[in-house]
Amino acid sequence: MKRKIPLVITFIVGIVVIISEFIPHKPFGRISGELENWYLIIAGFAIILGQMNLFKVNLFKIRYKQKNWQFYIITLISFIIMVSCGLFWGTENNPGLFGNAESITSVVGSKPFDYLFDNIYQHLQATMFSLLAFFIASAAYRAFIARTLESNLLLIAAILVMLGNTSLGSSLTCWLPENLKFLHLPNISSFIMKFPTTAGQRAIMIGAGLGIIGSSLRIILGIERSYLGGE
Amino acid sequence: MKKIIFLFFLFFTCLLFSEDILFEVNDIPNDDGSALQLRWNASNISAEKIVIERKDNGGKPTFVLETDKSTGEFVDGTEISTGIEYSYKLTAYNENNEILATANSVTFSKAQWFNFKKLSLLIMSLIMIISIVYYIYSARSGKELYIRKIAGLESMDESVGRATEMGRPILFIPGTLDLDDMQTIAGLTLLGRLAQKAAEYEADIIVPVCRSMVLSTAKEVVKEAYLKAGRPDAYKPDSVFYLTDDQFGFVAGVDGIIIREKPAANFFLGAFYAESLILAETGFSSGAIQTAGTAMPSQLPFFVVACDYTLIGEELFAASAYLSKEPHQLGSLKGQDMGKAVFVIALVIGIILEISGIHFLKDFLTIH
Amino acid sequence: MTEKITRKQIDRRWIFLFMFIGVALPLIFTIGFPIETSENSEIVYDLIDNTPSGSKVILSFDYDPASMPELHPMAEAVMRHCFRKKIKVIVTALWPMGVQMAEDTFSQLKADFPDVSYGRDYVNMGFKAGGIVTLQAMGKNFREVFPKDMNGTPIDELPIMDGINNFNNINFILAFSAGDPGIKQWVQIAHDTYGITVSGGVTGVSAPAVIPYVNEQKQLTGLLAGLKGAAEYERLTKEPGSATKGMDAQSIAHMIIILFIAIGNINYWRNKAKEKRGA
Repeated sequence: MKRKIPLVITFIVGIVVIISEFIPHKPFGRISGELENWYLIIAGFAIILGQMNLFKVNLFKIRYKQKNWQFYIITLISFIIMVSCGLFWGTENNPGLFGNAESITSVVGSKPFDYLFDNIYQHLQATMFSLLAFFIASAAYRAFIARTLESNLLLIAAILVMLGNTSLGSSLTCWLPENLKFLHLPNISSFIMKFPTTAGQRAIMIGAGLGIIGSSLRIILGIERSYLGGE
Repeated sequence: MKKIIFLFFLFFTCLLFSEDILFEVNDIPNDDGSALQLRWNASNISAEKIVIERKDNGGKPTFVLETDKSTGEFVDGTEISTGIEYSYKLTAYNENNEILATANSVTFSKAQWFNFKKLSLLIMSLIMIISIVYYIYSARSGKELYIRKIAGLESMDESVGRATEMGRPILFIPGTLDLDDMQTIAGLTLLGRLAQKAAEYEADIIVPVCRSMVLSTAKEVVKEAYLKAGRPDAYKPDSVFYLTDDQFGFVAGVDGIIIREKPAANFFLGAFYAESLILAETGFSSGAIQTAGTAMPSQLPFFVVACDYTLIGEELFAASAYLSKEPHQLGSLKGQDMGKAVFVIALVIGIILEISGIHFLKDFLTIH
Repeated sequence: MTEKITRKQIDRRWIFLFMFIGVALPLIFTIGFPIETSENSEIVYDLIDNTPSGSKVILSFDYDPASMPELHPMAEAVMRHCFRKKIKVIVTALWPMGVQMAEDTFSQLKADFPDVSYGRDYVNMGFKAGGIVTLQAMGKNFREVFPKDMNGTPIDELPIMDGINNFNNINFILAFSAGDPGIKQWVQIAHDTYGITVSGGVTGVSAPAVIPYVNEQKQLTGLLAGLKGAAEYERLTKEPGSATKGMDAQSIAHMIIILFIAIGNINYWRNKAKEKRGA
């Protein structure tokens, strides 16, 4: 019974959503909209669940002094500070429980939450994203080795695209006459991106799209049940 | 000759007495009857302001729109119901706010039982569904099906075995999107199978997630997998935990786990964005055996470079069926492939028709 | 054996160090390489430039601080162009941080456009969770999804929102997108379902996945791809900004990667030759 109810719900909801895609008439159009609203409500409540889990797991690790337990104190402190600042003094245009923190704002220039957001959070995020540049460089260094015909093609295409995407690339070939403009590096790069790359991407996307239909059907028909923890 | 003179007379009379404003209100086709399309053209008169009002079943007029555009379209979707007569009045004003002209239009809104714009989508979907259902039943009747080997999935046992030998955990990331993305569900179906293997081999599994909805599902999946493996006692409730919804906050957290815990095997199966390479490179530097799978085309090259095995696009969705080895699951894969063959044929025909200047297939398949 | 040979390569920390210097120096000392515009950026420029003044458009800020270096200059250039053309801008956000990003962009432009008034020419409707589900609901009834703006002002009290009931009364939608939910969902719902013109800007890394949508069916009307797209847009509007400056750093970074690829290949072949001799 515990397994059957979710399967029945999945089947009914799946069929209703598919039907509502083609039938705009009431009640089908509306049922689909209602289900979408339900999802939003559940997702909203689930955020609380996530925060509680984060708090519980970290607290547990600190309490039982598990390996590297000191790190989890930082997580908890950061969490508590951000939540408290937002709750007590609000954000940019919204007041908190204790008003707008005028005294703090007059010193630091913005509300505590906004101050932390602008001066710590934004920079931490940008730092993590910028790691990508370093990792791309090391991954490219490792991957683009001319071993076989395919890897040679990949290497040449990569260099042409990289050069074409820079200002330097365009200045390298800007001397080419008008009738040889197709050899201009940005044009070669754009050609590679527009045709061979797009063709490959589309093939993957079509395959993935069909895979999604197949998986959805398996789930709706109750053939695929491992997401419920069972066969 | 008389006829021609009469027609000319009629034409010029029409021109002389033609309306200054063209105003029409129509039902929007292929919808649920909750909106009406308004079109006006008052470019003949130098109108500075257009005001449109509506009366429902002859009741009080309600304001609909005020604009300075003399020609335009507007969709009125405010409290429109089917079966009610709506009477619209357009008033054009000059710069002194004096009425230049008015026009009326009366209409009903209708709800349709089928959206004909999506006919091609229905046909394509039916082809896919029929093909999949046919092969599922054909596989159930005992027909032997050939499925090619997928190296990334074949290596799953090897990864779990390695983790057991080394006494290190297995890290599993079901992507960074929520449960409404099919890739996350595909990742979770694989998590179930992997967790079961881990329970059987007595290896630890760590599942950090970045969506609360995924957290509750992943917890249930891992718990059930341990139960099924006959090791409910070995299940650690905190092995599945939430980090943050934030993309790079999550990456920072997972990278920290990789560096501190040094998992023997990493699985990145689901939807990933720019975080893919950061995760995979950190995993690579820690020396873990890595399996990735995603349907995000732009992230696949990163995984291919930094991981030992990569499930490309549809392989991720096929993984669960592939691992189950159940005939009806494998049948669905076969059906999927047949659907693909039909689409490839349609694609080739479409290319030939387009080159020949015949556009009907493209127009038929375009959905708006 | 191939694996053995490739592993005999230089420590990746050297690559990181060179990368850091290569990116940092051009940001401090501007070089000023020339910028050439691509067709996709020109399409986006033409779309805005040909939109009549007084039209209403949606700019969706679907990114967070992590993607700021690439998407913020783009958003600033596009919003500046809209204000210059006297196009009314309605801001939405599918990412929670998008609200802040839009506010930041608007506050940077305030000084240059003192006539632009909040509520009449520009409004920030705030963040809505739910991604594609929210977009579907917006297409049906915008006012139900956004009954108030981010400051809590009811939609009926905002002059810019007069007559906005769904996507049909919007000239075009331009999404600045760093991932999911983002530009893909806007295409699927606003364009594919409601037939509205959708354009946008994405990070360089996600551009290859989005470019297929710039097709004959105009699922996307042009695309600004990464920092280069932003720099191209700045050039088209003849108002160079931070993206133009950042392009120097990007050019040098690409050159460093190419250089290391060359070193990697030389090492590989040298090691291979050594192995052969040794054998």
